[in-house]
Amino acid sequence: MNPSALHLQNLACMRGGKTLFADLSVVLEPGHLLRITGSNGAGKSSLLRMLCGLLTPSMGSIQWGANAINADRDFFHTQLIYLGHTSALKGDLSAEENIIAAGSLSGDVITSSMARAALVNSGLGHLASKLARTFSQGQKQRVALARLQLAQDKPLWLLDEPFNALDQDANEALQALIQGHLHRGGMVALSSHQVVALDQIDRVVRVSL
Amino acid sequence: MSASLSIPKVMLAILRRDLSLALRRKNDSLSALFFFVVVASLFPLGIGPEPTLLAKIAPGMLWIAALLAAMLSLGRLFADDFQDGTLDQLVLTAIPLPLAVLSKTAAHWISSGLVLTIASPILAIQFNLDSQSMGILVLSLLIGTPLLSLIGSIGAALTLATRGGGMLLSLLVLPLVIPVLIFGAGAVDAHHAGLPVDGHFYLLGAMLAIALFFAPIATAASLRIAVE
Repeated sequence: MNPSALHLQNLACMRGGKTLFADLSVVLEPGHLLRITGSNGAGKSSLLRMLCGLLTPSMGSIQWGANAINADRDFFHTQLIYLGHTSALKGDLSAEENIIAAGSLSGDVITSSMARAALVNSGLGHLASKLARTFSQGQKQRVALARLQLAQDKPLWLLDEPFNALDQDANEALQALIQGHLHRGGMVALSSHQVVALDQIDRVVRVSL
Repeated sequence: MSASLSIPKVMLAILRRDLSLALRRKNDSLSALFFFVVVASLFPLGIGPEPTLLAKIAPGMLWIAALLAAMLSLGRLFADDFQDGTLDQLVLTAIPLPLAVLSKTAAHWISSGLVLTIASPILAIQFNLDSQSMGILVLSLLIGTPLLSLIGSIGAALTLATRGGGMLLSLLVLPLVIPVLIFGAGAVDAHHAGLPVDGHFYLLGAMLAIALFFAPIATAASLRIAVE
């Protein structure tokens, strides 16, 4: 994996006539963690949505390597995985089917056994063939996060409040997953308002909104 | 791990996902079908059982009923995805968004328009249509209902972020599908009058070709705005 860096230049975000943040310039290089902190409504989610191209910056630009991220969207989309504050699960599909469907949307071949293995690794093997609408909030979140195990070749992970609703074990497993990804030279951008023990990671870029 | 899917395979995967969702929630397709049957059955009751009159108005009635029935499930084309967050993932797909939208629209057509088309001959019997007119009606619906899904998808995407979008959606889409109604129902009328029907089908086909190309692009652009 030899990914490009993500360059944020003079980013500004205006929502409803109010400036949430402005003049934000950060470079996220391979192997680095971008930690976005801030109070509720400070624009953490908006920033993450900008980074994946869902939201157009009010000002400034975002570049992936040498190109703007919207220059070749389809390619950029193969480079990232974005997990928003909703778990993006279809209630009428099983956990396994959800993972396969989400994977195929981003162009990945995910077999049924791969999806099942990812769920078993996350301690969710018993949910594999249950419909997602029967899951609790935390279970939904964990199923969504199980996708990360199958997205290890995607350099850029964008995670919106990934630690929300997770129990202690899942919390630690996610931290290990994130650390592993950074060690491989991947990039992770995440927002959290909790104090998470990701402090042993030394290559951190902090953004406080 | 590094294996990636080709564009047609991703499109097929989206189609398959939406169809299996439609199968698990049969209510949507079934209620559209029952709505179609009920509306079409109300007309003979309201107008009276005059066979020649019924045969005369049948194509228009069935077309309008099909149009309204197809509108029913249109609101949910993107609304469910919008709510559960899968719409973000759709916009972030690795294939061009209009192609992904086309797959979703195709799934909508199969679960609504195609079902209505298959049911239409049974209703046509109620209206005393002869078998040849029935064939023309089915063919016109077969070309016309994908148009409803395609044009409707633009409206569904545009009204996503608005409150009470259902009413707005009908107001937006129904005027746009008037040409489809005119040439769809007109084909059967022309046949009744002993005129050639080819022209109607050519026009419907031309509209379908144009909509197949442009509607997904317009819908994709609206979706990008909706997720902002």
